Amino acid sequence: MSHRLATGGRLIDRAQEQKFTFNGKTMRGFKGDTLAASLLANGQVLLGRSFKYHRPRGVVASGAEEPNALVGLGRGDSYEPNQRTTTTELFDGLVAESQNHWPNLNFDLLALNNLVPQFLTAGFYYKTFIQPRAFWKHVYEPIIRRSAGLGKAPATTAKDPDRYEQIYAFCDVLVIGGGIAGLQAALSAAQAGAKVMLWEQTAYWGGRAPVDMVEIDGEPADVWIRRTVETLENMPNVQTRLRCMGAGVHDHGYVLGYERVADHIPTSDAPRHRLWRMRAGQIVTATGAIERPLSFAGNDVPGVMLASAMRDYVVNFAVAPGKEVVVVTNNDDAYRTAITLRKAGVGVAAVVDARQDPQGALPMHARELGIRILTGKGIRKVKGGKRVTGVEICRIDSKGTAYTDKLDCDAVAMSGGWSPVVHLWSHCGGKLIWDEDGSFFRPDPDRPPLGANGSGFVQTCGSAAGQMGAVLADAHASAIKAAEALGTTVAAAAAPATDTMPDAAPMEPVWMMPRNAEYDLRMKMWLDFQNDVKVADVQLAAREGYQSVEHTKRYTTLGMATDQGKLSNINGLAILSDALGQPIPATGTTTFRPPYTPISLAAIAGEARGTVFQPLRRTPLHDWHTENGADWEPVGQWRRPYTYRQAGESRHDAVNREVKNTRQNIGLLDASTLGKILVSGPDAGRFLDMLYTNMMSTLKPGKCRYGLMCNENGFLMDDGVVARIDEQSFLVHTTSGGADHIHAWMEDWLQCEWWDWKVHTVNLTEQFAQIAVVGPKARTLLERLGGMDVSREALPFMEWRDGKLGAFDVRVFRISFSGELSFEIAVPASQGRAFWDKLMEEGKDLGIMPYGTEALHILRAEKGFIMIGDETDGTVIPQDLGLNWAISKKKEDFLGKRGMEREAMIDPMRWKLVGLETLDGSVLPHGALAVRAGKNTNGQAITEGRVTSTYYSATLGRGIAMGLVERGPERMGEEISFAGEGDKRITARIIDPVLYDKEGEKQNV
Amino acid sequence: MSDLAQSALPGAEFEGFVTIREAGLQGMVTLRADLAAKPVIKAIKDATGCAIPKQRRVTLGEAASVAWMSPDEVMIFCAHDKAASIASALATALKGSFATVAVVSDARAVFSVQGAAWRDALAKICPVDFSTLSEGDIRRTRAAQVAAAIWVSGKEEATLVCFQSVAGYMFDLLSTVSAKGSEPDLYRLPTETS
Repeated sequence: MSHRLATGGRLIDRAQEQKFTFNGKTMRGFKGDTLAASLLANGQVLLGRSFKYHRPRGVVASGAEEPNALVGLGRGDSYEPNQRTTTTELFDGLVAESQNHWPNLNFDLLALNNLVPQFLTAGFYYKTFIQPRAFWKHVYEPIIRRSAGLGKAPATTAKDPDRYEQIYAFCDVLVIGGGIAGLQAALSAAQAGAKVMLWEQTAYWGGRAPVDMVEIDGEPADVWIRRTVETLENMPNVQTRLRCMGAGVHDHGYVLGYERVADHIPTSDAPRHRLWRMRAGQIVTATGAIERPLSFAGNDVPGVMLASAMRDYVVNFAVAPGKEVVVVTNNDDAYRTAITLRKAGVGVAAVVDARQDPQGALPMHARELGIRILTGKGIRKVKGGKRVTGVEICRIDSKGTAYTDKLDCDAVAMSGGWSPVVHLWSHCGGKLIWDEDGSFFRPDPDRPPLGANGSGFVQTCGSAAGQMGAVLADAHASAIKAAEALGTTVAAAAAPATDTMPDAAPMEPVWMMPRNAEYDLRMKMWLDFQNDVKVADVQLAAREGYQSVEHTKRYTTLGMATDQGKLSNINGLAILSDALGQPIPATGTTTFRPPYTPISLAAIAGEARGTVFQPLRRTPLHDWHTENGADWEPVGQWRRPYTYRQAGESRHDAVNREVKNTRQNIGLLDASTLGKILVSGPDAGRFLDMLYTNMMSTLKPGKCRYGLMCNENGFLMDDGVVARIDEQSFLVHTTSGGADHIHAWMEDWLQCEWWDWKVHTVNLTEQFAQIAVVGPKARTLLERLGGMDVSREALPFMEWRDGKLGAFDVRVFRISFSGELSFEIAVPASQGRAFWDKLMEEGKDLGIMPYGTEALHILRAEKGFIMIGDETDGTVIPQDLGLNWAISKKKEDFLGKRGMEREAMIDPMRWKLVGLETLDGSVLPHGALAVRAGKNTNGQAITEGRVTSTYYSATLGRGIAMGLVERGPERMGEEISFAGEGDKRITARIIDPVLYDKEGEKQNV
Repeated sequence: MSDLAQSALPGAEFEGFVTIREAGLQGMVTLRADLAAKPVIKAIKDATGCAIPKQRRVTLGEAASVAWMSPDEVMIFCAHDKAASIASALATALKGSFATVAVVSDARAVFSVQGAAWRDALAKICPVDFSTLSEGDIRRTRAAQVAAAIWVSGKEEATLVCFQSVAGYMFDLLSTVSAKGSEPDLYRLPTETS
């Protein structure tokens, strides 16, 4: 039974008890505990069920590498699945629940999978369930999905109440890892004059050194750690962060850091997580190393732990994993655990050492303490189901058919050697080499990730670099190298302190225990605990022809779980290499990708939620629209009123009312979103002649002209009215959605192609509120305001004037997109609301009403005016729309000219714009295709056109539409058939698209 | 027209670990021209009393300030009702040369971010190393999802300029990132002399 020791625990504060619940049961821990530590302290060894076989699982590790001890944390809106108990700091009121079992943790019916493992081997889903075909989707998959998987997703209605944020930061040297190597690297880099940031993923400094009995300058490591942290915190050029994990290293020294600001203080008003977006000149990874499990039968039974984790629990949290422990190892390091346990008063049944004759300082010390050591042996199998009850021992070189000893114990500490944490080094292309002595991959210092200048931007030090003994000198050297690489004048950094550890004899690789284990044992040797991948699975994959490590990974799912194979990687590679009969470096590793451990999606979203999820652009009249019944529609990032609904009015009725009122009285339209780009300079006319298909340079000041813009391929891209302001400048109006794009398009040509043309562009879109005053009584209203002459003679159609209307500074354009008498009036945005209010007030008795975008569309469609995005879709040229009149024949060149001359563009069979009139007066469905009798070679219906705009016209009392139809303009009066829902066909006649005031008399009064 | 004119979010204010205030109407004139040309230097001097600012700097004058925007662009900050006259003076002085003048006051919204920790608030949304900016500097960047210019307008104050249409977004954004309790303590305050 795991339990709390009476004394000790360097990270806990026994004076501060904290209550929490696990599966509804109240438990107690101390401040400073991790959740895993306090669960163990409460005797809770069984923590969850495995992914496929639903085997009982307990804590294996003590940090980010933990594969098993995942729980659901919190409840309701704050519930989160798959949280690592080993990295979760305990807080008062914490609520945890175990995962992946049914009906409960102790009695899991789905553990029946465990009885038929032969059906669930590597790639089982590709082969076992292949027949009958239809069964996969309807029978097998639902069953497997129910049985497999870890935590449940939060409820779809759950709304995370916490806050999250991001932060941009910059430093010269970023040190990742706050163990003694990281602390030394930060200190040396700072003393050398660099601006330093130091991140540590846990809640405390110093890493493993205090647990691993390291001495620095003859004192326990803790003393040096405290002193060094204090020094760093007082240096003005150093920033330190606990609970901040280096998540990913990217190009150009861009590093993502994941700071868990308030996970441990959930009631505070601090943001829960903060995502650091760091730019570092140089990065030093001091990320330490992770111990490897040993592969023996039953190595996943609760109570089997990494040897290093076991001593972490004893030293840091005063938690003993059991009363009687067997230590199994292939190296000297695990003896530290035996020694630590013995000194803490925990029974050590034996150390089982795979080596024949361990003579290092640590084994000698263990012998002196009277610990029993079995050499040349291994564990044949672990006994017990939900908890270790004993182990059977066999000779390491045997097949494991019989045991030599049987030991009773309730916990097993295993150590298969160490692997440097090379993830961050590797993210951006740092290469690895195989270290024969330590049997691990370590960073190859000659092949670091390369920066923009072709030299390395990541250094690595300490055990992350494969230095498994003393690390401070190495850390110092790495920091100085980083500072020098930045060209920092290296000030005198003090020589590092000396760290010492007992000498260690070489380890002896043991990839399978015993070495010649038979199949039934191999079926119970876990490589990847979280994804339930065993030695036998990897061997099977190799037999089935999988040679590439990446393919084997995906076939077996080795290393694909939320722990990304931190424990299983090297062991799996070794088994695969052995099965393929090649050395491990020939097999290589899979790719290390960010993030190092999972980070919250909310941190990635940062502040972007609620009202700041996305920018909402508001015109100066937005609030008025809101107050007056606006039924909004999104137009790019703007919101525009689709219509203004009056009390009890349907949307359709509101639109019809607005259309009629505008034709009969006056309508007001907020046209502020229209793009307004000032194009100015001696070459402005020449420039616009290139941008537009028609001639703009001949326009006289004071006049307006409608124009079309095409891309290089000749496809219509934007349209609008250009007003010539003076000799050198034009005001270009673009579509609402096109303003930013056209401005960028102009700058692209000016900066990249015609860089010597003297043209400036200024985007004035938001400088003005633009209000269209439309309808037969529009002039009457403006005359009431007074201040300028808006008569037909003084301000003719397609001209503009600056002046005053009442007290307002205005520029009035006589342009019409509705076919009515129409003035578009630009006022400075700050005056927009007052001007609109004034118009509404003065126009009351004239029947003034605002109208929205739908009425705008109907009014223009009645006139046969095209709309970019309706009549165009990126494949339409102006000629398709009968706009040949707006294409200059005189100009030598303009953007799109040659594109329009391509064979496909001059094909007489192209679909061209026509009006469409249903025989029954109904409204054609939007986008409906015109179909002809017969099928094409693919057996599909033959089409000859499509609807591009379709509305109910209140003016005409029936449906109106425009569409693109094959040779349309040549087929006036013909009836064609449009596809409705299902097999329904709607007959429509081809007509002239201009249905209202074809002569244009109304707009020209 | 000051009685008819109103800014984007009149009176908006938020008290966090810094104070966010909508700064009201601010006159702004953009000038694009060859900033090394003598007539341009003179025109700006005559219209504003200011010299052409160096890269990323703002020159302060009595009635107007001139901010560097790009190698061929400056922005003149002035009283809202003075923008038109400054613009027309510049246009007249530079008539016939390759120079573009436009009043852009109303295309913008202006916020002040006041408090010693203004860098910490803005660091959450702007990809800028604020330790490189000191009083009188200006920097064009983005704030989360929209364009912004940040002018270090005081010892413990920054002035942020954005487009008028996104004033609401910007105010909500600045309020969100300056909420009390979320101080990142990234930029240390200058050490007080004790």
